[in-house]
Amino acid sequence: MKIEFYLNNEKKKIDIEASIRLLDVLREDFGLTSVKEGCGEGECGACVVLVNGKAMNSCMIPAGSIIGKSIVTLEGYKNTDRYKAIETGFMEAGSVQCGFCTPGFVMATESLLNQNPNPTDEEIKEGLSGNLCRCTGYNMIIQGVRLAIRKGAGLW
Amino acid sequence: MKESISKSILRVDSRKKIKGEAKYISDWKFKNLLFAKTVRSIKAKAKILSIELPKIPAGFYVIDKNDVPGVNRMHTVVSDHPIFAEDDVQYIGQPILIVVGPDREIIYSIASQIKIQYQEERTLFSLEEAEERSTVFTDYHYKKGKPEKAFQHAKLLIEDEFSTGYQEHVYLEPQGIAAEFKKGTLFVYGSMQCPFYVKNALLDTMNLPDNKIRVVQTVTGGAFGGKEEFPSLTACHVAIAAHKTHHPVMMIYDRSEDILCSTKRHPSKVRYKAAIDENDQVIALDIDVILNAGAYNGLSPVVLQRGIFSATNVYNIPHLNVRGRNFMTNSVPSGAYRGFGAPQTIFSIEMLFYNIAVKLGIDPLEYKMRHLLKKNDPTCTGGQIHEEVKLPEIIKKVIGKSDYYNKLKTNKKYHGIGISLFLHGCGFTGKGESVISGKIILNKNKDIVTLKVSSVEMGQGAETSLRKIVAYTLEIPIENVVCEKVDTGLIPDSGPTVASRTTMIVGGLLRQTALEMKERWNKAEILDVSKSYKHPDYLHWDDNKFHGDAYPVYSWGANVAEVEIDPITYELTIKKIDAVYDVGVPIDERTLKGQIEGGIAQGIGWATIEVMELENGKLKQSNLTDYKVPTSMDVPEINCCFISNPYEFGPFGAKCAGELPFVGAPPAVAEAVANALKKPINHLPITPERLMEIDNEN
Repeated sequence: MKIEFYLNNEKKKIDIEASIRLLDVLREDFGLTSVKEGCGEGECGACVVLVNGKAMNSCMIPAGSIIGKSIVTLEGYKNTDRYKAIETGFMEAGSVQCGFCTPGFVMATESLLNQNPNPTDEEIKEGLSGNLCRCTGYNMIIQGVRLAIRKGAGLW
Repeated sequence: MKESISKSILRVDSRKKIKGEAKYISDWKFKNLLFAKTVRSIKAKAKILSIELPKIPAGFYVIDKNDVPGVNRMHTVVSDHPIFAEDDVQYIGQPILIVVGPDREIIYSIASQIKIQYQEERTLFSLEEAEERSTVFTDYHYKKGKPEKAFQHAKLLIEDEFSTGYQEHVYLEPQGIAAEFKKGTLFVYGSMQCPFYVKNALLDTMNLPDNKIRVVQTVTGGAFGGKEEFPSLTACHVAIAAHKTHHPVMMIYDRSEDILCSTKRHPSKVRYKAAIDENDQVIALDIDVILNAGAYNGLSPVVLQRGIFSATNVYNIPHLNVRGRNFMTNSVPSGAYRGFGAPQTIFSIEMLFYNIAVKLGIDPLEYKMRHLLKKNDPTCTGGQIHEEVKLPEIIKKVIGKSDYYNKLKTNKKYHGIGISLFLHGCGFTGKGESVISGKIILNKNKDIVTLKVSSVEMGQGAETSLRKIVAYTLEIPIENVVCEKVDTGLIPDSGPTVASRTTMIVGGLLRQTALEMKERWNKAEILDVSKSYKHPDYLHWDDNKFHGDAYPVYSWGANVAEVEIDPITYELTIKKIDAVYDVGVPIDERTLKGQIEGGIAQGIGWATIEVMELENGKLKQSNLTDYKVPTSMDVPEINCCFISNPYEFGPFGAKCAGELPFVGAPPAVAEAVANALKKPINHLPITPERLMEIDNEN
């Protein structure tokens, strides 16, 4: 099946089976390895990418369903000012340990702040509840998000 | 530069990870790479009668026991697990063979067409049945004082039994490993805690000389003990495949395969008999610890050792009779998991003391405090507490922060507050550190100092802490201190990254070595200084009698947990955890806080929502939908702080910290629940179903 879509703001055309997971397309066909496979069933959030600006688990998306859509991975997102604010927030709050869940958390944070630039702690927790982290216990990630909001005031 | 070592710095590895640029093994590329998929037993105990293979297309391979160049056993404490099954299988998920080739779909198709005929045999699953049929792998015993006499003279005898369930590590990065031969040398790359464990396993199984094997750790996405011994098995699988196919071979588990066959925390039963004298004091304990080791013993004996040496926790009990047994069952092997046997026994004794206090009508915390260990007291194994025990100060702080007594008095039903006291023995048990005698090298080349250690960064912050120790000692910027790649061909064996030993033992060696280097700093542009670990002279241990100092020193702590139970659904909400620790001196407060909060989160997961059960030898939970770990909605506010108690032999006074927070949280939560329902809590996990049953019991 021929599929046209936007990947990190560039138009791409691929010929691929419609049932292949977006996760595999991104990692194997495009070498975008920030997208991680933690569970393969939409539970852990390590493979979260932005689909038309919203955080979605790429392991649950068949390639056939992305026609005409915009997919943004961390490789594209990391050149933005918003990313910089998240990076600084995460670094300073100690939001990162093993790092395997981190790209997913970055993308989920972008999606959350895009929809709600001034979330309460409860809203941050809820917004990130689709992403599992086994190292930090989450509180230091939530602080990272809060710091990112401060550092990136006006960006969202 | 002369700032306190505890003052937080930015982690050295975080930017790359946030950017998504850290390369985990599944992100590695190899030319002409083949993938591997394991075919596993679907029977819990059976003889293998025949294996019928479909036609194997060119370029694909089936690899089994006949392809093992050396010993078909995984090298570990007890080397009993076959690399590939021979004539029989002992658990569901046991590896029988692997299918290797360039195309994953074809590999899966071949694997699904392999027909294995089994002759089923009598199975054994539960600890109860194992005890009945005496399938004992390991039977340990130690004694202190005169327990028989104490029991005869006791005013009151109390018996109690506790049990705990499985726990899955759920490191976010599943197991992954790759192997290739380059000019006759075997290279194994992967996600692991112990590169030299993997190397030792390859030495046995691959029959290669020492200088023909190199093990390289790749960025490791969490481990918690789950990548302690297990990667030795998968490393052998891919190494044998690379040997046979002359291609690089990679094996990445998906989550359900990982859950099915990787090691778990040991399910346990702990039985206590307590002898109580006329002053209500516990004067003797008879302790019986049993663990479900699964189908192979592996490193379960050392897990059991830490379990039984922690079974009196922070209490000074004059007379002890302690037995510990590992039982064989036809289930997935249990193994290393953060806390290593201690969480099971410390939960048990905390609840025992709580239950006794309630029975005697004494305030539980006051009752616990009447038994506290102090400096120079004998340990349970007849060693000595060499350091100042600052538990009274810790307790004072934690009850102040949490408003413990006020809340204890005013709490209504379904609201509870509980306190746990706990310790963790730092470093390896017994003679472990002397046997390993970890070695490190510091290399100076002009301004740059390179650390050569086998301790790995697996998320816990080891790279930051170790570089910081050296940088602060040499008074040079941390940017000028780098870590050599963790490649067994380039680094000495400083021991595995386990047992909360990295900062205290390896960091301690680095500190001593850096001090020596500092003295010689201006004498040479290029300089190598190395050191091997020597156990402090004051420590004595008899490994046959289990007598002496089981650990050089302990870290200590107290947690207060507040819970609320929904009276209709029995859903348990943990509202807050207050925690105070003595880990000597924190090397980096923020990194340490990360260990504390993450450890507590895992501990409350084990205590509450993480249910894993066997049904006819098969795990009922096979993915992260069935097996729930805490999300951001489940972890409460955690307030932690540290009190200073420098340890002479630790770097800047640091002791151990990685496992301690795990150990402390479950009993605090369990006691809070017990208080909320006014009923004893003798089993973990505390699920809503169980809470309802307990609340409705008479």
